[in-house]
Amino acid sequence: MLGKLTWAAIPFDQPIVMGTVAVIGLVGVVILGLVTVKGWWAYLWGEWITSVDHKRIGVMYVLLALVMLVRGFADAIMMRSQLALAAGGAQGYLPPEHYDQIFSAHGTIMIFFVAMPFVVGLMNFVVPLQLGVRDVAFPVLNNVSFWLTAAGVLLVNVSLFVGEFARTGWLAYPPLSEIAYSPGVGVDYYLWSLQISGIGTLLSGINLTTTILKLRAPGMGYMRMPIFCWTALASNLLIVAAFPVMTATFAMLLLDRYCGFHFFTNDAGGNPMMYVNLIWIWGHPEVYILILPAFGVFSEVVASFSGKPLFGYRSMVMATMAICVLSFLVWLHHFFTMGAGADVNAFFGIMTMIIAVPTGVKVFNWLFTLYGGRIRFAVPMYWTLGFMVTFVIGGMTGVLMAIPPADFVLHNSLFLIAHFHNTAIGGVLFGAMAGYNYWFPKAFGFKLDERLGKASFWCWFIGFYLAFMPLYALGLMGATRRMQHYPDIHWQPLMLVALSGAVLILFGIGLTVAQLAVSIRTRERRRDLTGDPWNGRTLEWSTSSPPPAWNFARVPLVESTDAYWASKQHKHEQLGEVPSVPVVLPRNTPIGIFLAFFAVVLGFALIWHIWWMALAGLAGCLVVGLFHAWRTDTETVVSAEQVAAIHGASAAGEAAV
Amino acid sequence: MNVMTETAAAAKTIPLSMRGPAPVQAVVGYGFWLFLLSDIIIFSALFAAYAVLSGETDGGPSGAALFDKTHVFYETACLLASSVTCGFATLAVQQRSMLTAFPWMTATLVLGAVFLCLERAEFAHMLATGNGPARSAFLSAFFTLVGAHGLHVAVGLFWLVIMVLQIATLGLRPMVRRRFFCFSLFWHALDIVWIGVFTIVYLGAR
Amino acid sequence: MNYQSNAQGKGPGITEHRRIRRRSYLIGLFYAVILTLASFWASSTDLIYAPGVPILLAVLAIAQMGVHLVFFLHISSAPDQTNNFLALAFGIFIVGLVVFGSMMIMANLNHAMMPMDQLMQMQR
Repeated sequence: MLGKLTWAAIPFDQPIVMGTVAVIGLVGVVILGLVTVKGWWAYLWGEWITSVDHKRIGVMYVLLALVMLVRGFADAIMMRSQLALAAGGAQGYLPPEHYDQIFSAHGTIMIFFVAMPFVVGLMNFVVPLQLGVRDVAFPVLNNVSFWLTAAGVLLVNVSLFVGEFARTGWLAYPPLSEIAYSPGVGVDYYLWSLQISGIGTLLSGINLTTTILKLRAPGMGYMRMPIFCWTALASNLLIVAAFPVMTATFAMLLLDRYCGFHFFTNDAGGNPMMYVNLIWIWGHPEVYILILPAFGVFSEVVASFSGKPLFGYRSMVMATMAICVLSFLVWLHHFFTMGAGADVNAFFGIMTMIIAVPTGVKVFNWLFTLYGGRIRFAVPMYWTLGFMVTFVIGGMTGVLMAIPPADFVLHNSLFLIAHFHNTAIGGVLFGAMAGYNYWFPKAFGFKLDERLGKASFWCWFIGFYLAFMPLYALGLMGATRRMQHYPDIHWQPLMLVALSGAVLILFGIGLTVAQLAVSIRTRERRRDLTGDPWNGRTLEWSTSSPPPAWNFARVPLVESTDAYWASKQHKHEQLGEVPSVPVVLPRNTPIGIFLAFFAVVLGFALIWHIWWMALAGLAGCLVVGLFHAWRTDTETVVSAEQVAAIHGASAAGEAAV
Repeated sequence: MNVMTETAAAAKTIPLSMRGPAPVQAVVGYGFWLFLLSDIIIFSALFAAYAVLSGETDGGPSGAALFDKTHVFYETACLLASSVTCGFATLAVQQRSMLTAFPWMTATLVLGAVFLCLERAEFAHMLATGNGPARSAFLSAFFTLVGAHGLHVAVGLFWLVIMVLQIATLGLRPMVRRRFFCFSLFWHALDIVWIGVFTIVYLGAR
Repeated sequence: MNYQSNAQGKGPGITEHRRIRRRSYLIGLFYAVILTLASFWASSTDLIYAPGVPILLAVLAIAQMGVHLVFFLHISSAPDQTNNFLALAFGIFIVGLVVFGSMMIMANLNHAMMPMDQLMQMQR
């Protein structure tokens, strides 16, 4: 009746897990109770859950990412403390079968459910505003994409207390991930949650690519787009090109596990090496999907806070598109040691070194933008300067490992771990935090607290170096990744330093939460009444903070790059005359959350082999789709008077400043 | 920010990329085109797996021994014909003519269903003779690649039935026409994938 | 404003004239039938130099895919089709990379990872 699901699936005998679940349950009940008591359900449903507004969806993505950052970081702190203890003969407090799940969950969550939603959320919020249009190309699809990602998040978190997670690392290499060696449900949780959220991500990639290529304000040719939109374009092209390979590869592994196929098995002709090859064809573009929007954020921040246009716009565009293409030509560097010949290794080693060049071009352009500018050290600028130092170090260690003989020593060592955390934290996370601080006033109408923001930055920055520089040394000394304990007690002092760094980062996260709480409480002091708190250069700063649902009452006519700056220089006419044009908006829809609900049912059923429930979930998805197909009232009209009234109110606010 | 005040003559010299947002049909068509390309990339991963594993028969029969080219020829003929009938249905939809659209859509449906029956018969025969996908890596790759294509055809036929119902209940309004254009893009793309399948899998079998 | 009707180019699959479109499908069908028959014939005939048959099949397949793209999907190099054409080119690049890249790498790996006794057998 219930497939493989029994009461034994719930780990009553593991106090850490049960304690975590109890806390999550309690917090959940408190939040749901608060919402019910205050009568906020109608507001949440109508304004957020069913919203097709790219700004709302972007905020929800970022919120999801921040919550999952806490979950992924909990895994990190556990790993660091385990390694600080388990030196010599000591075993630490996490037995191997738990430790394996923890590092697998840590990687999976951080990449798929923190970094991806964060950059997708920023792109969602900012790109239509920067392009001068009302919304993305497919607003309903946008809502569906978000909720499918949330469905993946839910499944991964359910694995904590019903069943187990994968013990295979974040990429689930066969043959370990095959049914013969991972007969439990852990790998299935991993695969189904990523297939579901992968569909969401692919649809989002199609959505944003179409938006950037087909929906721009009049006059905004390609070379007048803000650089963030160029990096968003490159990132989304990579999503459209790479995610299908991940989908196909996971499908093949699922067929092996569920139907006894032999793609990657050890017997009957299967080839586990092919999985590694295919998954990294996806995996390498994936890291560029994450870093390119961060580069875009830094370009915007550096230009705004230097008071100068970005240096070398054309070369930035070319570097971005070069990275987009080159990112598909380097994937073998993830498995130099798997046994390819020297000529193949050499080709990919050289290509990996070449791909560092356009990134170098970008770094120089940022530096030249700063040079001669009047730099304002706001919080986004701190993150940017921290990125420039940190990411360059990470990139250099990457180029070091691009040399195959060096990689033979360092592959899968802690040196590798340090390298990719260097680029992921120093690049992606710092970029996400810069973007978060930079665009927060646009989203919510008030700035975040500066002092707490700077404190959070310093904790992250110093904490990062303390946590990961020792790992470079340890890697060179021979320490490998994914190890639950180690024999050499001389490594322990470095592990302790790494733990202290992790603790400092924990403070950094706490300060970010505090920054948000304090900023909300004292928001009147930092209200953004003009819509342009940073003296910005691009079109999003020409709207009010937050913008109305339709973004722009009058479609802007763009005449150069940095369109808003140009219009400010020409002393743009006052907003006195608003044309009486009614605005057509797409209606909200519940199909996203309903589809995600049935996707969770389907995924959970497939994981536990509950076939009737799987069919029910699939049928539910179909029914939701059919309801949507026959939906004819898809638009709502905001009358010209309402538009004028809202713009009149914001103009009055601007005038009062 | 100025309100647009271009004259018609000046309008013709504005590059396409600077004319503002594209109309809905172009946006929907392009978005679906990107989706199709992503679907083709899924197939490319399956083709890659097939190419790598095509020799791994684990002592069992190879493709040349198992495949019947005449059978494949009939499948190809059905799919190609259905592509053309789909094209004529698209023309009819574009001209808002339900009277000519329905017969062409039915023809597409029938030809697609015949294709699926032929393929089902082939798979059933192979399963019955012990050459199912769990037998060897080669057969896993074969069944997955050809089966994925067949699954897309089945989904396409389901979509076609829905389109017939949508046209019957909602008429040929713009939203329905856009969806039908997307269906026709999908159907033509499936035939393009089939060209790859019959060439590489069946005609290229050793 | 009617100049907006071409803004950002046209979506794929749509052209205006009815007679051109109908003719387009029939011409496409004609070429596709010829190419299909040629493929099936080439794979089973003895008249062609055997090692050349795979290449011929590949050429015929690519030609037929082109026929489909041009005559059924109306992809062209016209300026209002640039986005569609570029997307297609990018897709072809990725497909080529995935298929041929994987084939080359896996062949290289399989050869390098071959058990020693098999390798020695091959040397004999």
